Amino acid sequence: MNLRSHYDVVIIGAGMSGLAAGIRLAHFGQRVCIFERHNAVGGLNGFYSLDGRKYDVGLHALTNFVRAGVKGTPLGKLLRQLRIERDEFALCEQRQSRICFGPQGEMSLRFTNDFPVFEAEVADRFPAEIDGFRRLVAKVRAFDDVALEAEAVSARTVVAECLRDPLLIDMIFCPIMYYGSASPGDMDFGQFVIMFKALFLEGFARPRDGVRVILRVLLEKYRESGGERRMKCGVKRIVVQNGRASGVELDSGEFITANHIISSAGSEETARLLTPPAKADAVDRTAGARLSFAETITILNREPADLGWGQDTIVFFNEGQRFHYARPSERIDVRSGVICFPNNFEYGQEGRLPEGILRVTCLADYQRWASLSEDDYRAAKALGYQAMQSSAQRFLPAPRTALADVTLATDMFTPKTVERYTGHLEGAIYGSPAKVRNGRTSVENLYLCGTDQGFLGIIGAMLSGISMANFHVLTKGG
Amino acid sequence: MTKDDVKKVVLDIIADIAPDEDLSNLKPDVRLRDQMQLDSMDFLDIVMELRKRHGIEVPEADYLQLATLDSCGEYLTPKFNALASKG
Repeated sequence: MNLRSHYDVVIIGAGMSGLAAGIRLAHFGQRVCIFERHNAVGGLNGFYSLDGRKYDVGLHALTNFVRAGVKGTPLGKLLRQLRIERDEFALCEQRQSRICFGPQGEMSLRFTNDFPVFEAEVADRFPAEIDGFRRLVAKVRAFDDVALEAEAVSARTVVAECLRDPLLIDMIFCPIMYYGSASPGDMDFGQFVIMFKALFLEGFARPRDGVRVILRVLLEKYRESGGERRMKCGVKRIVVQNGRASGVELDSGEFITANHIISSAGSEETARLLTPPAKADAVDRTAGARLSFAETITILNREPADLGWGQDTIVFFNEGQRFHYARPSERIDVRSGVICFPNNFEYGQEGRLPEGILRVTCLADYQRWASLSEDDYRAAKALGYQAMQSSAQRFLPAPRTALADVTLATDMFTPKTVERYTGHLEGAIYGSPAKVRNGRTSVENLYLCGTDQGFLGIIGAMLSGISMANFHVLTKGG
Repeated sequence: MTKDDVKKVVLDIIADIAPDEDLSNLKPDVRLRDQMQLDSMDFLDIVMELRKRHGIEVPEADYLQLATLDSCGEYLTPKFNALASKG
């Protein structure tokens, strides 16, 4: 292989955002190379193999799903920008999802990819709130959510101008925060709008074979466009001279020069690569503020529906009336979480999945996982698995058969696992609470894309890479 | 190249960047933006595809000249012909 030592653009990280940025740049003739430390692509939305099975990381469902012909939405924008045809992602729609609150989920709101279903549920359960709910939806629809230089406004404040019932407010915030808030308790209204549209006004879908279908399409486009990629090839340092990055030093010691660098590693993670450091007294002010999750995966010898669990695709649960989205003061906060049944999408002719899958996700505290010894960590995982299973099952009908008798395999990941495989500090799934929407850094020709730029979810991640490539490189004529 | 040839070039580009749009009934004198869902990202792509495929440069100050198919023909034809005579 003939390896170059200079590129127009070096991209750090082969996740969704780095790949999307790479496709744009390579398509328009830039010499571009993506450097990835891991041996697999996907980053926070990857997959791994274990005992002959492939497990998705991250992706429960692709949000922002709209049907063919619906225009002006993020999914359409991304397909156009990457020259991908809709059918290539082979998206299959969800059946139905629920938000349920109360010790056994007594208060429940169902939603599907048809927004009127959700609106009717709100009207039925919260008749006094429906006018306010419609006002909120109108505000969401009218909001310009793609501005790169917008001021942050509290979503709780804006929502409280429309809705009064704290139960309904928290039921709306629960899925929105779980699927895209990097900050605890409250979030920026712009981010709320993006997520409200992505989840409720648009919807959920999934390729039958999961996230690897999407990654395969991206890799193929990138390769066809002439983009290069070097795996197991981490960037150790970004070398800065007179305020400009001259290039990157790889883990191997090799030096690669570049005109531009786009990093998906995260804001603080990228700052730590700078040589010399940007500030002598560099302190990570975001330490301890990042949110992470634990997830359990249970492989079953039958479909979830055959256990009596119904047709739900995603269930957002919370045992109380109020929803607490924050870094837990224990290893895992099982009071709330997300259940995902990948079997319950409409796969049609593609056919059912070969096995049943139950995934449960809960908030977890990085520090309490990272500080454990190897033995304690393994024991804590076993305990955590049990606690998450029991908690989630409160919100599902009792299974017809004891779960242990139908379980083929289980796995679990924690914030520590996420940090180890993605390099994102504290296993932050949604990055640092402080977003850099315009992607600028202290170094002139170094830009951020991905979670810390602030477009979240897998569609958001790809749009982040696209926007940063357009804004910082392509519109400047290369 | 004639203005019609140039309009065809622009239509080919639009067909590639927005394959989900129906281009069969486009009115040449009406703003493209009013007949199709084209945002600023799509317009940027028209400009960049002109550069990539045909070596035509459209400075940002002239983007408005690409508003309709007719105005694309008016504005771009001299550029295409200047390039052809040079080549």
